Formats: sequence, C-alpha cells, structure tokens
Amino acid sequence: MRIGLFATCLGDTLFPDAVKATAILLTRLGHDVVFPPGQTCCGQMHINTGYQREPVPLVRNFADRFGDASIEAVVMPSGSCAGSVRHQHRIVADRYGDAALRAGVETVSAKTYELSELLVDVLGVTQVGAYFPHRVTYHPTCHSLRMLRVGDKPLQLLREVEGIDLVELPGAESCCGFGGTFALKNAGTSTAMLHDKTDSITATGAEVCTAGDSSCLMHIGGGLSRIRSGTRTLHLARILAATRTTPDALTEASV
Amino acid sequence: MSTFLGMPAPPPRPPPGTGNLRGDQAFPRAAHDELGNDQLRRNLGRATSTIRAKRLHVTGELPDWEALRDAGSAIKTDTMNRLPELLEQLERKVTERGGTVHWARDAAEANEIVARLVKATGSDEVVKVKSMATQEIGLNEHLESVGITPYETDLAELIVQLAHDKPSHILVPAIHRNRDEIRQIFLDRIPGVDPELDNVPAHLAAAARGYLREKFLTAKVAVSGANFGIAETGTLAVVESEGNGRMCLTLPDTLITVMGIEKVLPRYQDLEVFLQLLPRSSTGERMNPYTSLWTGVTPGDGPRDFHLVLLDNGRTAALADTIGRAALNCIRCSACLNVCPVYERTGGHAYGSTYPGPIGAVLTPQLAGMHAAKDDPNSSLPYASSLCGACFDACPVKIDIPSLLVELRHQHTEQTGVTTEKLAMKAAAAVMRRPGLYTTAQKASGLGRVVAGRDGTISRLPPPFSGWSDSRDTAAPPRETFRSWFASDEGRAALRAAATEANSARAEENSDHDEKDAT
Repeated sequence: MRIGLFATCLGDTLFPDAVKATAILLTRLGHDVVFPPGQTCCGQMHINTGYQREPVPLVRNFADRFGDASIEAVVMPSGSCAGSVRHQHRIVADRYGDAALRAGVETVSAKTYELSELLVDVLGVTQVGAYFPHRVTYHPTCHSLRMLRVGDKPLQLLREVEGIDLVELPGAESCCGFGGTFALKNAGTSTAMLHDKTDSITATGAEVCTAGDSSCLMHIGGGLSRIRSGTRTLHLARILAATRTTPDALTEASV
Repeated sequence: MSTFLGMPAPPPRPPPGTGNLRGDQAFPRAAHDELGNDQLRRNLGRATSTIRAKRLHVTGELPDWEALRDAGSAIKTDTMNRLPELLEQLERKVTERGGTVHWARDAAEANEIVARLVKATGSDEVVKVKSMATQEIGLNEHLESVGITPYETDLAELIVQLAHDKPSHILVPAIHRNRDEIRQIFLDRIPGVDPELDNVPAHLAAAARGYLREKFLTAKVAVSGANFGIAETGTLAVVESEGNGRMCLTLPDTLITVMGIEKVLPRYQDLEVFLQLLPRSSTGERMNPYTSLWTGVTPGDGPRDFHLVLLDNGRTAALADTIGRAALNCIRCSACLNVCPVYERTGGHAYGSTYPGPIGAVLTPQLAGMHAAKDDPNSSLPYASSLCGACFDACPVKIDIPSLLVELRHQHTEQTGVTTEKLAMKAAAAVMRRPGLYTTAQKASGLGRVVAGRDGTISRLPPPFSGWSDSRDTAAPPRETFRSWFASDEGRAALRAAATEANSARAEENSDHDEKDAT
C-alpha cells in the first residue's frame, strides 16, 4: 500500500524518533511510505485554543499535500492530530472555507488513520515482528480513546510483541492533564492530574510508559523526569519498530 | 419602481441571564485556592470515584442504554427546535387544570414573582425542595431580604444553607463537606440539637429530620423546581431520593414551582426515556426512591393553589446560538461532573456558578454571557478543560461538551481584540503555512539545545511556559528533524534496509507456499 506519512509538527520537530519508527515499521511490513515535503501542521493547537480563522491555510495545506489519489491512506503517530483531521478540519472548512476546501477535507479525512488503526483495521496486522524485552505499561490517550475510538488496538499490537512484560496501568483511561494550552492556562490543575498519572505509572514498576501520542508522552515524561522516577516514556511506534537486530536505543533522551 | 423597505436589521439579542451565574475571579485563580485544600481533594476523589463505579454498573447492564441516550438526545433536540409552541401548550394545559402560569424574563423578575406570591398567602416562611433553578436566581437571598424565611429540606442543601455556604455539585451540593464538618455545622446552627451529636451519618440525618419535620407540618407554602414539565398534559415532575420533596409537594396549601423553560418535554410518554436516563446517570440507581408527578390542582388532595414560574434567564439567548444551544439539552444529572478530571481536583466552587463542571463550563457562558466586562471570569470557563472527552461519553443526552467548549473558545477569541496570544497564534500559523519558513523555524528550535542542562533536559522556562516547567522537565530539541533525517543518507539507508527485510520476508513466505504446493 502507498501510505502518506504525516509527521505532525511536534513529531517532526521535537520527537522525530517516533516518526522514524513509524516509517521504518511500515516499510518493513512491505509498504511504500511517502513523505510529502510541503506538510507542516494540522492546526489542532489553534483550533483547540479557540482560533479557527488562522488554521484555514493549514487545513488547506494538509488536504492539498495528502489529497493525491495515489496516496491510499494517510497515517500519523498521533491520536489527537488524527482526531483533529477527522473531526475538526470539517468544522473549520464549513465555517471559513470554500467548496473546494470542503471537498478536499472530506476526501482526505476519510483516509486518515492513527498508527494503531492503520495497522489493525486497514492493514489487518497485529503481529509486526517486534521484540522488546522490557516491562511496559500503556496509557491510552484521550483523543485516541474517545475521539477516534481506537479501543484496545494498541494493546492488541503490544500483546504480540516478543519478550514484552505488559502490565496494566491503574486508572488508565484518566487524562494525564496535558490538553495542549490547558497545561499552560490551567497549570495548577494540569499538574494535579499529572501527579496522579505519574503515581499510577510508577506503581506498576514499569520501565517504560508507552502511548500513541508524543504530546501526552512529553507531558507524562516531563513529570516522570522531574520526580526522577526512573520510568521513561516511549512512543508505541518505537516499541513496534524494535526488533532483535535493530533494538530501540533506550538510552536516548527523546520520547 | 421599487419601495425601499429599510435595511434588514438583526433581531435584538435576547438578554443574558442574571443571578448566581458568574464568579468573582477567573477559573485558574479560583482553582488554585481549591487545589491547595487537601481535605476537599480527598472528599471529592472518594465521592466521585464511588459514584462513577455505580453509574458504570447500572448503565452497563442495560442492553439498550445507547438507544436510550439517542432517544433522549433526539427528544431534547426536538424540544429546543419548537420551544415556543411547547411552552404555550404547557401554559394552556396547566391553566386548564387550575394552575397559574407566570413568565419570568430573568432572575430578578422570577424572585419578585415568587416573593409576591408568598406574601399574598400571608406566610413569612417557605419549605423548599432542592432546585437548581432557584439556586441560579438566588431566590433564598431574595426571600430573606423581604422578610421571608426559606427552609431547604434536602439534607445536603440544608447543610449548605446552615453553613451559609454555596453548593459545589449539582446533585450532591455538600460534596465538599465530610461528616465531621457536617456535625459541627449542625451543632452550631440547628436550634436545640443534641449537644452529644456524633458524626455517624444516620445520626446526622436523624438530627436534620427532627429539625425539618416541624417545618413540613407547619409551612403553608412550598417552593420547588421541576425536572420535567409535560406540554401535552401540563404535568410537572420532581425526582428525588429523600422524600422531603414529596412532603413539600403535598403538605402545604400553596406550591410555587420555578422551572427553566428548557425543562419542557413534548409528551407524557417521553418520561419513559428520561426516568431511565436520569437516575442511572445521576445517583447510579436503577430508579430513584421518589418520583412525584402533579397536574394543576386536585380538590381535596395536595396544594389548593399551584403556580408555575417559567424562567428564561438567558435561555432564549442560548437558544439563539445554533451550536451552543445543545447545552440546553442538559437534564442536570451531574454525570459529567463525576467523570471530569478537572472537577475532581478543583471542586465546584472554582467555576463561580450554580452550574459547575463540564456542563457548567458551557452552560454558564451560554446563559450569562462571557463578555460582560473585560476579563469576564466566565470567559475562562471554556478553557477549564483538557478536552479529554469523558463528559461526552457519560452524558445521557449525548451533549458533545468538548466540541461546545472548543466552539465557545472560538466565540471568545472572536470577541476579544488583539491579545499577545492571538498575535502568537497568527505568527505561528503564518510560519506553518509556508513550508520553507517552517523548515527554517524548525532549525531555530534546535537552539533550545543551548539552554538544556548536561542531562539533555530543560528544567526552567520563562512565562507563559513557567507553569509548565514548574512540574515538568522538557527534553532538549533533537539534533535533527524527521524531515531532514528522511532526506539524509542515513534515513534513506535505514528505509532501504527495512524494505530489504520486507522483500526477504516476502520471498520466504513465497517459498513456504511453494513448498506446501509441492507436497
């Protein structure tokens, strides 16, 4: 399958290893991964902060770069960006866009997937040949869970990883408190939520907390690092891309 | 020749609601004080997690729960779409059955109507059934100001009233109080209470019951809210747990019911849906202990005089917002409060309104507006959410609260002039719409490596990011962006190696097939 990879602005700039892992994983599974170089950002931060005029060009750019019919599916290692594309781009296009933009958004959002959705629903694979001999706990991110409804797809993938010691996270479905600019505007409340999440994670004794969103992992990882917990965060894609011959370099600092 | 008919003018915007719908400080500031209250955090954490589990149990056991939610949502949406005709029908039916209907534009008008009706009976006290509408309009304070004493008869409302406190939860108004605090409130405020009163819940309830029993038997006037008002029959409904409502609705001579206009339902049969949705969502019970239904007055049975005060107080203004009006579908079950990670930590007072939690964060600005003055505290409410979506999943009438919050945030930024944030957002969008400029900006972000410590993390950031760095480390930006890696020799080699693995795996699979074919 010819798959368009959307790196997301956060992934491209700050957490490239998760995007690299996505590209390598899909290529290893025999797919043709393309990276339209004109891509930038989906505009989620703008929309969620209350700005819908400003991201119109971003929504248009996304539809233009990935609208090409030769791209059969668009994937991104982020539940919240996929949620924005599928649920919010239409709102922006309806309000401030033209007919062409509305049509473009319809086309591209219908073929947009978060990584675990693409693997399980579209490519029909749960065994991806990964090897990751570590104790891992999984945090389902809010937008992947309640906007995209990925359900247990990430867990189906993780259960097939060879050598993994997968432990359940208590209160897993509670928000970590990130919420984009929420973490800045309501830093106190966000921190209270974060502390409860990091307490749950450290109680599992896991070496690694994984999730499908680098943004939530940036938040959780920032909290775990501050309390010197010894537990680190790693994007789901990196676990799935790790093999016996090419293990993930866990010593790296980035998520 | 044409006749000039004048410029079409937009209809006058309905007035916003008044009363207890605006705090005196913005949410983050108010939340800061509440977050420091460990007792409150413990009370709330325990109470909300218990009720969450109960709700999940009783909603999960119904095979048609999702269909019920759809039905509830559809009935409410239909109601809002033809609210004027339904309200007139309700008025007609209530009048036919011997009741009197009053229309109140806002809190002040509703308060005046109720006070006038009470005075006309010659009584100087009323017993009250727990009601959000009368909390919203500040009826108790108004009645006291004109020499009428209101007695709250719901246990939790009584606790709040005796302590001169404010409710912090729609269903459990004293959720922020524990039994020791309640014992002290009763000892201080209930006349003639046993000084040996301990903190056993049954004993506390008995103390309240002893105090209230006399009021039930002597009060001539009761004031209630309504959970539902049926347009088809003129029937009003109150659902409750303690039986105090039943006594208020049946014992006094005069009953005055204050009902928000959005509480109307078209048909009697619609109760079938809502009497399943409401108790399961609010208290986590299959059925609430007391459901009282009454239609006008019945000679020889119950109050001889019945008044229905239909309260607008900003609801027409909310109805004018085609997206935001969905907030009016709320049936005040409080399920969204109990699942909200923000409410669980801050409690209800931080919202500054009678309506706290996720629904309060959309309903309060809808009813009372959020641009009454510069830095209106209500404009901070739509941001009091991480948009986690738990509220939407819990809502029995499927109000998409996260989308409404995002919509209200948009309305807010459209209303405010130029702000630093808006300039930053415009600048970010201007960069991100131009891939070349974006790539340059990405390279500049690499400068963050300079401020990182030796362990590769940044532990302090300047405002507005200092709230972030107070409790979180930030990893230094990487040496290389994804796009530069993808275009690099290293990236190309890594992907070539992965493709080779795919090819050899495929070849192996094919040879397996061939072998099988051969055998």
